[in-house]
Amino acid sequence: MSILLNSKNRVIVQGFTGKIGSFHAEDMKRYGTNVVGGVTPGKGGTTHLGLPVFNTVKGAVQETGADTSIVFVPPPFAADSILEAADAGIKLCVCITDGIPSQDMIRVKRTMRRYRYEDRMRLIGPNCAGMITPGESLLGIMPGHIYLPGRVGIVGRSGTLGYEAASQMKAYGIGVSTSVGIGGDPINGSSFKDMLELFEEDPDTDAVVMIGEIGGPQEAEAALWAEKHMTKPLIAYIAGLSAPKGRKMGHAGAIISAFGESAQEKVEILKNAGVTIVPTPSSFGETVASVVGTGAEALRAAS
Amino acid sequence: MDIHEYQAKEILARYNVEVPRGGLAYSPEQAAYRASEIGGSRWVVKAQIHSGARGKAGGIRLCANDKEISEAAEFMLGRKLVTAQTGPRGKLVSRLYVEEAMDIQREIYLGFVLDRKEERVMIVASGSGGMEIEEIAEREPDSIIRAVVDPGTGMMEFQAREIAFGLGLDNAIIGKAVQTLMGCYRAFRELDASMLEINPLVVTRDGRLLALDAKMSFDDNALFRRPQISELRDKSQEDPRETFASDRGLSYVGLDGRIGCIINGAGLAMATMDMIKIAGGEPANFLDIGGGASPERVAKSFRAVLGDKNVETILVNIFAGINRCDWVAEGVVKAIREVGVPVPLVVRLAGTNVEEGRRILAESGEQIIVAETLAEAAEKAVAAWKSVTRAAA
Repeated sequence: MSILLNSKNRVIVQGFTGKIGSFHAEDMKRYGTNVVGGVTPGKGGTTHLGLPVFNTVKGAVQETGADTSIVFVPPPFAADSILEAADAGIKLCVCITDGIPSQDMIRVKRTMRRYRYEDRMRLIGPNCAGMITPGESLLGIMPGHIYLPGRVGIVGRSGTLGYEAASQMKAYGIGVSTSVGIGGDPINGSSFKDMLELFEEDPDTDAVVMIGEIGGPQEAEAALWAEKHMTKPLIAYIAGLSAPKGRKMGHAGAIISAFGESAQEKVEILKNAGVTIVPTPSSFGETVASVVGTGAEALRAAS
Repeated sequence: MDIHEYQAKEILARYNVEVPRGGLAYSPEQAAYRASEIGGSRWVVKAQIHSGARGKAGGIRLCANDKEISEAAEFMLGRKLVTAQTGPRGKLVSRLYVEEAMDIQREIYLGFVLDRKEERVMIVASGSGGMEIEEIAEREPDSIIRAVVDPGTGMMEFQAREIAFGLGLDNAIIGKAVQTLMGCYRAFRELDASMLEINPLVVTRDGRLLALDAKMSFDDNALFRRPQISELRDKSQEDPRETFASDRGLSYVGLDGRIGCIINGAGLAMATMDMIKIAGGEPANFLDIGGGASPERVAKSFRAVLGDKNVETILVNIFAGINRCDWVAEGVVKAIREVGVPVPLVVRLAGTNVEEGRRILAESGEQIIVAETLAEAAEKAVAAWKSVTRAAA
């Protein structure tokens, strides 16, 4: 069925009353996400989109029982908002904000380690499209209708490339258990490996599609982990074949600055770990179907 | 954002890092005058460009008198210096830094980087300075000392001592080395640097420890709170295509191919460029127009892409998520009419209301090649580009 997110998550929106926060809060509600309120300091006690607004995350958690948050707060204040959520006892936080300074993220990650593991919040993002468990809950900014409910997990850095993959899979009748965007920043809350561990344990996920890109060590780390510990098929694509060394390709983290960070090198590492490679960004559907079968076959197998 | 060597040295000097005496010059006369101000008998004239490996490209020269200084300055100023790091277009030299020459006993490599695996600031040092760090890693991997800073405490003095002793420095300058390392860390941390490199840090024959070269880059995402750093930006060192785009809020990277790209989302942009390469073409640029894809942004993107005279075909690939394809299609048509697109144009739309979007493109009467899939878009763009090349030949 899913990892981390389903219809039971009680969601608050941080940066609720701003233009972007309002737009996506409405969209998430429309999809069926259990949005229970929001936080905008100074607007506590008012109502927005028919939901209560709180001054603090602690206040929102106390009053609504929220366990999940999504952050639309502007970059200068986003790190503070993430840690506010962690401190208030939120269990899952998705940060959409793009443009958080790296040193702020260094401090966020260091501070989160102060909490005992069982009390520690799981952070997804920043600079990501969020996550979706199709048919259950949307905690992000992606278009819900391109995802078919199903049994393949998706984890990727990019938003729109993830949409491309999901819609190609949909065309083959292949559905998604949960799709997670871990974001394009050099320092992020959850890594590819973190998500693979969850998908491996999830009884409702049969296979995982990993959409990586140039820069950083996380795809290689995931490949090495998968080779040793993963029983489910892993299918991967790495974007940035034509990216030159030392240039930042849009995402703050998409830059080849060390050995092993180019698309070619990452593909090589993944292949050696036994991962199925999606050869071109136009063959997500085809490649996933060759591993898990098309939707029709999957349905026959289930019946 | 990168800055010049002399700017990095000015910053580091404020953080107790010793640097040679030097001065900035914009003309040969001024360069000679700077040397006389500095005093001594040997000087180094250094071209100020945003690139390393300047020495091999003729951008650093040791001089012993006014005449040599003027000649060196004459040679460098106004020249586009092509180094191993600048790419074939090179970088324009419009500033020189004149510095006292040092009597060097030892060269050390010192770098501060954001380590993505540790998710912390990492210090990298080696007694084999003067080479690029990649070269050191290959030839003298055992000489590399690494230390990771806990952001909770900041860099500790014991870490600086461990590095200093690890480099085998004399007891007499250990204190100075610790001061230098701590100063570098504070500069990195307080100014939101993303990279700081002193290569080489030198020990002189008279027992001083100085930064002979210095390079700093800063986190673009933190510039909002570092106005004094933002002021150091030198647009003459940037690709003019990229300056044009970044001034308009677009994320653009100039490349050397012929097929211009306008795409929403960084990952999809990279993937589309990959697809162009697989189809036998080369992308002219990376361009992420962002989430909105409003008519204004589409028009700005066309202007940015067409600003590159090498562009012979344009490929637009928009996956409309929250916004709708029909709205994006209207924006594309409006932008074409407003900007005028003199090269073949391939448009691929996907996502919400895609049928309606394609209909608007088809019925616009404009010369638009419509594609349905990513592969088809890349193939059609490469085919269109090849027919342009054939027609020209």
